[in-house]
Amino acid sequence: MGDTADNLIEIRDLKFSRGHRAIFDGLNLDIKKGEITAIMGPSGTGKTTLLRLVTRQLIPEQGAIYVDGTDVSTLTQSELYQLRQRFGMLFQNGALLTDLSVFENVAFPLREHTKLSNRLIRHIVLTKLHAVGLRGAADLTPAELSGGMARRVALARAMVMDPDILIYDEPFVGLDPISMGVIVRLVRRMNDALGITSIIVSHDVEEVATVADRSFLLSEGKVAASGSPDELRTTNSELVRQFMHGMADGPVAFHYDAPGYEEQLLGRDAE
Amino acid sequence: MRRVVRDLRNNAVEFLRTFGAFQLFFLRLLRFSPGMLLGRFDLVVKQVYNTGALSLVIIMVCGFFVGAVLALQAYSNMAMFNAEDWTGVAAAFALVKELGPVMTALLFAGRAGTALTSEIGLMKATDQLSAMEMMAVNPVRRVLVPRFLGGVIAMPLLAAIFSAIGMFGAHLIGVELFQVDVGSFWQQIQLTVEISDVNEGIIKSVVFGVAASLIAVWEGYNTVPTAEGVGRATTRTVVITAITILIFDFMITAALI
Repeated sequence: MGDTADNLIEIRDLKFSRGHRAIFDGLNLDIKKGEITAIMGPSGTGKTTLLRLVTRQLIPEQGAIYVDGTDVSTLTQSELYQLRQRFGMLFQNGALLTDLSVFENVAFPLREHTKLSNRLIRHIVLTKLHAVGLRGAADLTPAELSGGMARRVALARAMVMDPDILIYDEPFVGLDPISMGVIVRLVRRMNDALGITSIIVSHDVEEVATVADRSFLLSEGKVAASGSPDELRTTNSELVRQFMHGMADGPVAFHYDAPGYEEQLLGRDAE
Repeated sequence: MRRVVRDLRNNAVEFLRTFGAFQLFFLRLLRFSPGMLLGRFDLVVKQVYNTGALSLVIIMVCGFFVGAVLALQAYSNMAMFNAEDWTGVAAAFALVKELGPVMTALLFAGRAGTALTSEIGLMKATDQLSAMEMMAVNPVRRVLVPRFLGGVIAMPLLAAIFSAIGMFGAHLIGVELFQVDVGSFWQQIQLTVEISDVNEGIIKSVVFGVAASLIAVWEGYNTVPTAEGVGRATTRTVVITAITILIFDFMITAALI
């Protein structure tokens, strides 16, 4: 696992299930300070669930998640909220508050957590909106934004409190190539300029490869492979090769479990 | 037979569990309410506007016609006993003690309650509540409490407006249409309707306001976060609120008689 002093988040022997289905079964994973870490894997492997566990929106059945040395499952509500002020999270759909303007959405955490003057809040919000190229959209409502713009506003809101850790949940899904390029550059720039730690959950291999320092590939509740995107590409693992090269069939079967094809078409049920 | 008993037991346990969670939810809302009223009253005022002011038209139109119908019914029956002067009294009693609070609460559930449930449900379905949690902002305090308080404040005001407009409708029918003497019409009301009758209406409208707002925010907060889930929650808000209000109406009336 490497030098633990560099780790900002450590996940140890994590077990979590939904119903009878085990999502994680003894997961171990380290996220290093100042790096961009990508969590990848096929749909349904629990990538978003992992984010919710790290931020304690869900509680694990077994194991521990340490953020900066503190086990998040032991925190009280107020300690948890203090910890969450160190996080910024970009949700898949932006999750902008629909009854507030773009400006008020970005100002929302400042108004809730600080007693800054309106003048200073305006200054900070416009600075953050400028960083994502949407200073001119400050007076629009979320309903007036395109998908890519909404995600950029959400990114401005996620970083308005100057977090230590920025979490991106599927930041590239459903974006046109231009918006995608903008988001990829912003992720890299935020991380380097502000010295924060970034976690990206995604299955967009190409985009992740251009931006991530380290990637983890999840499968069957555990880490199937880890390393830089280039290392993952050249690995011998069948699963990793299937995922990285987008092959339809392999360890992750193309067909959902079903009775035999011939039997189902021509057997007794065909009547 | 054994299966029926088992199902009954499971349903009873589930009901008790939900009822317990509902009570705890109510206590959570109450815990945050003083802070909201003192510290962020602007959020409450916005919700009084959303639930109250935006329901005014429907409340006024319905109030007018309910008052007018009451006067029509009362006049046609009172006329048999040459007691037309009592038309206003019959309408006033029915409006102030019963129909004002009950009809307003039912209309409130249909107009504002469904809006609250679907708004909160959609906020949940689009991760807005999770986003607040991640911004270290408690969504119960920031989203639910102002909406709950807005409904609680708006309901008695709407009920009073309903009754007032209803009396205007009764006046038009009784005095203007059937030519009941205007002095007798209003004097009989003054002499007969006591302050205790008005208080009964106020008590009912406050209780119904708490019940209707509480059910609306509860259903919204516990929505299954899908399009179908929001639809179901909205329907449940209307049905449960209507039943609850009629049961409470009976209990309060029985207690005050």
